[in-house]
Amino acid sequence: MENTSKAMIKARNVNVYYDDNHAIKNVDLDISSGTVTALIGPSGCGKSTFLRCINRMNDSIPSCRITGSITLDGQDIYDKTIDVVQLRARVGMVFQKPNPFPKSIYDNVAYGPRIHGFARNSAELDEIVFTSLQKSGLWDEVKDRLDTSGTALSGGQQQRLCIARTIAVNPEVILMDEPCSALDPIATAIIEELIEELRSRFAIVIVTHSMQQAARVSQKTAFFYLGEILEFGDTSEIFTNPKVEKTKDYITGRYG
Amino acid sequence: MTDKDLTSKSPWTTEAMQKRLKKRYRKETAFKAVGLSGLLIGLCALAILVISIFTTGLSGFKETRLTIDVYMDPAIIKAAPDLDEDARIAHMAKVNHRALIRNSLRLSFPDVKSRRDIMALQRLTSNGARDEVRQALIDDPTIIGKTIPMNLRASSTVDMYIKGQISRDVAQSSRKISDKQLVWLDKLNAEGRIVKGFNWIFLSSGDSREPELAGILGAAIGSLLTLLVTLVIAFPIGVATAIYLEEFAPRNKWTDIIEININNLAAVPSIIFGLLGLAIFLNVFNMPRSAPLVGGLTLALMTLPTIIITSRAAIRAVPPSIREAAIGMGASKIQTQLHHVLPLSLPGILTGTIIGMAQALGETAPLLMIGMVAFIVDVPEGILDAATALPVQIFLWADSAERGFMEKTSAAIIVLLLFLVLMNGLAIWMRHKFEKRW
Repeated sequence: MENTSKAMIKARNVNVYYDDNHAIKNVDLDISSGTVTALIGPSGCGKSTFLRCINRMNDSIPSCRITGSITLDGQDIYDKTIDVVQLRARVGMVFQKPNPFPKSIYDNVAYGPRIHGFARNSAELDEIVFTSLQKSGLWDEVKDRLDTSGTALSGGQQQRLCIARTIAVNPEVILMDEPCSALDPIATAIIEELIEELRSRFAIVIVTHSMQQAARVSQKTAFFYLGEILEFGDTSEIFTNPKVEKTKDYITGRYG
Repeated sequence: MTDKDLTSKSPWTTEAMQKRLKKRYRKETAFKAVGLSGLLIGLCALAILVISIFTTGLSGFKETRLTIDVYMDPAIIKAAPDLDEDARIAHMAKVNHRALIRNSLRLSFPDVKSRRDIMALQRLTSNGARDEVRQALIDDPTIIGKTIPMNLRASSTVDMYIKGQISRDVAQSSRKISDKQLVWLDKLNAEGRIVKGFNWIFLSSGDSREPELAGILGAAIGSLLTLLVTLVIAFPIGVATAIYLEEFAPRNKWTDIIEININNLAAVPSIIFGLLGLAIFLNVFNMPRSAPLVGGLTLALMTLPTIIITSRAAIRAVPPSIREAAIGMGASKIQTQLHHVLPLSLPGILTGTIIGMAQALGETAPLLMIGMVAFIVDVPEGILDAATALPVQIFLWADSAERGFMEKTSAAIIVLLLFLVLMNGLAIWMRHKFEKRW
């Protein structure tokens, strides 16, 4: 962890409990901008839970309790003075199942800028929708039917629409919770390309079950096991030369 | 081992399996038959109900009129020649219309001499006939001194007889229409002076002691005003409660207790809500008795649990992924609700509301407790006027001794059913209009 000074998000000694269930144990993790950080590990190891701590999506679960600190640009996101609504706009999220709003494609992308008051007039809003759709690589496919329902798109297009919707509010971090698990290989490849393109502008954290995907898209990889990070480092290092036996077993497919 | 060995050994082709298969088919057929017969019994009962209501009720929309040559006797009218319009109308209203009709009848039936018979003759016409003569005089002052053929409303007894609900084979003592009256009617009939027409007064006036003058409008407007109050009170409170309980309330012992109690309230007999309305709105707040305001408030209490329960179910049916998407975008809780959850659950909420309103429309018991059961002739003009409601009107007429109210009861039921069908149609239409895929 040589570049901790550049890290946008620093998690220190994070513990998460669901009632008595200790889901995350003493996790330290640094996430830097310009990097894709992959969280891998067997099912139920806490990677999604950890991901949802970064934008406080776990707040809505009453039994969930979090200790330790997570900072975004040096600010503790669990501090009382932090506005959760703003935090979630700064730390956007793309979900496992594409979940566009049952509104038009345009309204899906324009929703975030509208509620946060980013556009002063409709021309500015049009511009935001245009750039967001273009960044997510969807513009050419939907430019003629912006008023059709977002739910009428194919699964891969829906997921890219969700990404466009997220980047329309100018987040600093994008969290992706298995964004390709509901998609076919072609749609997956398009999304992976997109992640590579977005990397320069956003810090991206991606949870994935696919080793190949983690190897393809990420620069850093954290291996979660039973709520702990067993190994964290450069992706190339982890996949070619894992230091921990468990990591090696997992990435070679002994279990998982 | 050959292929034949394989198939002969397979458990699927044994005789026992064939038997089991047949048994399964038998069971399925039996189950289908039971379900179908249940459905048929239900349909038959419904058909009998509808047929019986319509066969008795439809005649309630018709009325009988007698064509009488009314001599507008200047001696009785005694109109001063140069009155201004208002004074003339006031004078025409005071004219002895009864005498006008009586004298005209005597001219048509010159053989009727005794005072008793003349009274009986006059009783062929309704009390409402006087109003018709008065209106004719007000409308056209030039008819004074002329003999005008007028279709005067027949009395309820005549109406019943013409509609075949009183038989002339029955002994005179046990029917309301006398032999003499029958002879007069026969004469009128022979001259083609008995006309049947649509009973507009049934749709355009309030209640009356006389069946032929009783109308449904007062009760219908009463119901409408009551439902309006119910909707205005119950819908916003119900939906807000549902949203709060479903999305904001912490899950603890208190919310559990509240939830159980709301569910229980939906099953509380409606008359108890009536008692509650009586105790609170009338006795504590001293609101006017028999008013649609109080009726609406009472029915709102009764409808609230239904609206809350259906709205909660509709809100719960919105996929959590939509909420997560909105919250993940940085929408606040209330924005998530207003922009996403509420629009998506609106069809369900509206359906539940209309079902609750339909229930309220048909409710009688709570209205009895707060005095909406009174005999009210005037059509209510506001939520503070004394009024009654459609089901209460049906109850009142069904209870009435006059035979003429029987068909009115059924006719009122037809009107009530029509309202219900309209409301359900509205519910279906709204569900289709607001339904969205996700």
